[in-house]
Amino acid sequence: MIQSDIQGETPHVGTQDDDLIQLLTITGERVHQQTYSPLVEHLDRAALEGLYRDMVLVRRFDTEATALQRHGELGLWPQCLGQEAAQIGSGRALAAQDHVFPSYREHGVGWTRGLDLRKVLHQFRGEDHGGWDPAEHNFSLYTLVIGSHALHATGYAMGVQRDGDVGTGNPERDRAVVAYFGDGATSQGDVSEAMVFAAVNDAPVVFFCQNNQWAISEPTERQSRVPLYRRGSGFGIPGVRVDGNDVLACYAVTQEALERARSGGGPTFIEAVTYRMGAHTTSDDPTRYRSRAEEDYWRTRDPIDRLKLHLVAEGTAPEFFTALDEEAEAFGAQIRDYCRSIPKAAPSRIFEHVYAAEHSLVEAERAWFDEYEAGFATEGAQR
Amino acid sequence: MPKYLEFRLPDVGEGLTEADIVDWKVTVGDAVTVNQALVEIETAKSLVELPSPHAGVITKVLVEAGATVEVGTPIVVIDTDPDGAPEADGGSPAVASGTGGAADGAASADDETSGDVLVGYGTKHAAASRRPRRAAEPAPAAPAAAPPSPPAPATEPATMATVDGQAAAPSSTILAKPPVRKLAKDLGIDLNRVPGTGPGGIITRGDVEAAAQRSEPERLVSYPGDDRPWLDGGVVSADGRQTRVPVRSVRARTAEAMVASAFTAPHVTVFQTVDVTKTMKLVARLKEDRDFSDTRVTPLLIAAKALILAIRRHPTISAAWDDATQEIVYKHYINLGIAASTPRGLVVPNIKDAHRMGLHELAVALGDLTATARAGKTTPAAMTDGTVTITNVGVFGIDTGTPILNPGEAAILAFGAISQRPWVHHGKIKPRWVTQLALSMDHRLIDGELGSRVLADTARTLADPAQGLVWG
Repeated sequence: MIQSDIQGETPHVGTQDDDLIQLLTITGERVHQQTYSPLVEHLDRAALEGLYRDMVLVRRFDTEATALQRHGELGLWPQCLGQEAAQIGSGRALAAQDHVFPSYREHGVGWTRGLDLRKVLHQFRGEDHGGWDPAEHNFSLYTLVIGSHALHATGYAMGVQRDGDVGTGNPERDRAVVAYFGDGATSQGDVSEAMVFAAVNDAPVVFFCQNNQWAISEPTERQSRVPLYRRGSGFGIPGVRVDGNDVLACYAVTQEALERARSGGGPTFIEAVTYRMGAHTTSDDPTRYRSRAEEDYWRTRDPIDRLKLHLVAEGTAPEFFTALDEEAEAFGAQIRDYCRSIPKAAPSRIFEHVYAAEHSLVEAERAWFDEYEAGFATEGAQR
Repeated sequence: MPKYLEFRLPDVGEGLTEADIVDWKVTVGDAVTVNQALVEIETAKSLVELPSPHAGVITKVLVEAGATVEVGTPIVVIDTDPDGAPEADGGSPAVASGTGGAADGAASADDETSGDVLVGYGTKHAAASRRPRRAAEPAPAAPAAAPPSPPAPATEPATMATVDGQAAAPSSTILAKPPVRKLAKDLGIDLNRVPGTGPGGIITRGDVEAAAQRSEPERLVSYPGDDRPWLDGGVVSADGRQTRVPVRSVRARTAEAMVASAFTAPHVTVFQTVDVTKTMKLVARLKEDRDFSDTRVTPLLIAAKALILAIRRHPTISAAWDDATQEIVYKHYINLGIAASTPRGLVVPNIKDAHRMGLHELAVALGDLTATARAGKTTPAAMTDGTVTITNVGVFGIDTGTPILNPGEAAILAFGAISQRPWVHHGKIKPRWVTQLALSMDHRLIDGELGSRVLADTARTLADPAQGLVWG
């Protein structure tokens, strides 16, 4: 019998993993890596400060949304706490014309796309099925069904191919598509199917897998016999494993994969090794299935801390951090006020986006529903 | 102008209908900032700290610790604009009771809609409250029968009928300085129940200390017509002869577990009296051992090790009956449960994979487990998936007992008091350290023979710990 007590063992990530791409150590020192270091050489201190600001503000948004759920203002909240580097690093590597298919935890990626993060709250307050226009920032709506959007991304990428927006050599025109999903999604059939189609069609798609170690309560070790980045090889997709808590490495690795996709080189599978520092969602209690020791281990690998150490060593003034803290506080308050002011949506809104054009059956159903709603003695059950 | 905002108990876990209030982190008069922890609640899923939605001053705590509250019930009132109010702790409760309805409909909305799950665990649906249909004919002016049932009436601050005639003050009028509140919190004293003797009824440090002393073993009070004291607290019946206390979380769970166990698993118990003099010598020696200087060595530790060794010799006792599938589940591990008496009641946390631990590791784990349990910090994870339990009734001076199985386990060992008794040793009657062991087993899957062997082997190691070298 195979012992299955994987929980509680110290996870193996970091220096002992030779395949892991890392450009910034946990103590904030730069590492030279032949392939990837040149891709971040152009990032000066101001650019790094920008990445730091991204991560701090996204974390502030995330903690505020978590608190709002506890206030009773949101029905549910999936935290991205701990995954900021994976999301910001990869997101900042994208070009405006690239398209993203997120799952439901990609608040950081949304931020890099220029999405007003407050719009994310609508869905989790139960007032909208999406919250934003996907075309506006080339950032699709959150997908709650695990892994299904890997297919959407692949199909979209094949569309990009057919539009001729691949391999033209024109940096303004060539486009790539990124599907963000987690370690749990790799166990879904949809993701495997997506990789089959992406590989044989050389679709310009990047599969960006944030391995945050836990599919709710199921550890990655119980889902795969091989490291996830090696999944791609069976499909003919090159895989790379990157330190997901290293914003520079995530940037570089994504940059390379995007370039391959845009130039017609086909898909890439990226495994960003990170950690879900919070619960799966606000409905989950991780203390039931993982140990304090494990959480403490990962706390020492906080993606924000290591960049701060680096910036301090590089001479970023303390005033920068103070000002950013103040900005983050104000941002938190703004999120809070906005959330409470989200108007109640009319129930009939559900009919609005079923079809792009008017549709007689939907119209008939809407009419029936409006009449039904009007039939109640009290308008709205809520006081 | 003070502005009072109620905070209603939110649904923190997609479709939960109620939660237990475990511990207030604030008291009336405290200034709070946004997202400062207000209260710890326990749901069916987890312990959760609720952050404050507003900055201000706590003017009312509407629900006491220990109460079970429905989602949507107001639990605390916060004055978000205390400037201009008379005095933080002097605010008249009459004013405060007119709480603003500013807590918007979100809480009650959640109550209705959150039965549907997007991600995460499945949940049970919240009870659907239906809106009444409009009457077919033009309705008369009479208002519709009943508005949709609000999420249950607020649990009133339970008024404690105290026998000495001093009605307990409602929380909003507690007068005490912050250090005294802190002291009361540290000592676990509910200020509602402490009569203030300072000027203007202020509760002094001395009052709290006296209350703490009174509550040492169990609060006792003399009832009229009876010169001997009985229990205090709860709701005293009109004739003063009974006290009723609601059954709360840990007690309720203990009751459920015991009923489930006692009436599904036919118990059989076997006993053995054993000379543990050599174990006592070993304990004394280990206490001197530098390697064990960081932990407590007790006879229970040796008993735990002895039981583990016995189970390893008879692994089929590490099993459970799965009634649903009609299967016996054999566990390839020992998660050793220790029944612990804690301020919140009986809990049975277990030491995971105890069979892999050396004696020192086991001693540390035992120490941690009891310290955590005493501090009331035992997590739900620590209490699940036990395979066998030890109940150390000996600490109460008891010879032994017939323990009831922890549900899901097939055996439980009662470890009795160790005392010197006359004992035949090498043909002579000598004073020896003797104890009694009792092992209850689930007779559906464990026969008397197996249980007896496990008990006999446990006893053998306790009689001569060197046996552990042979079996270890």
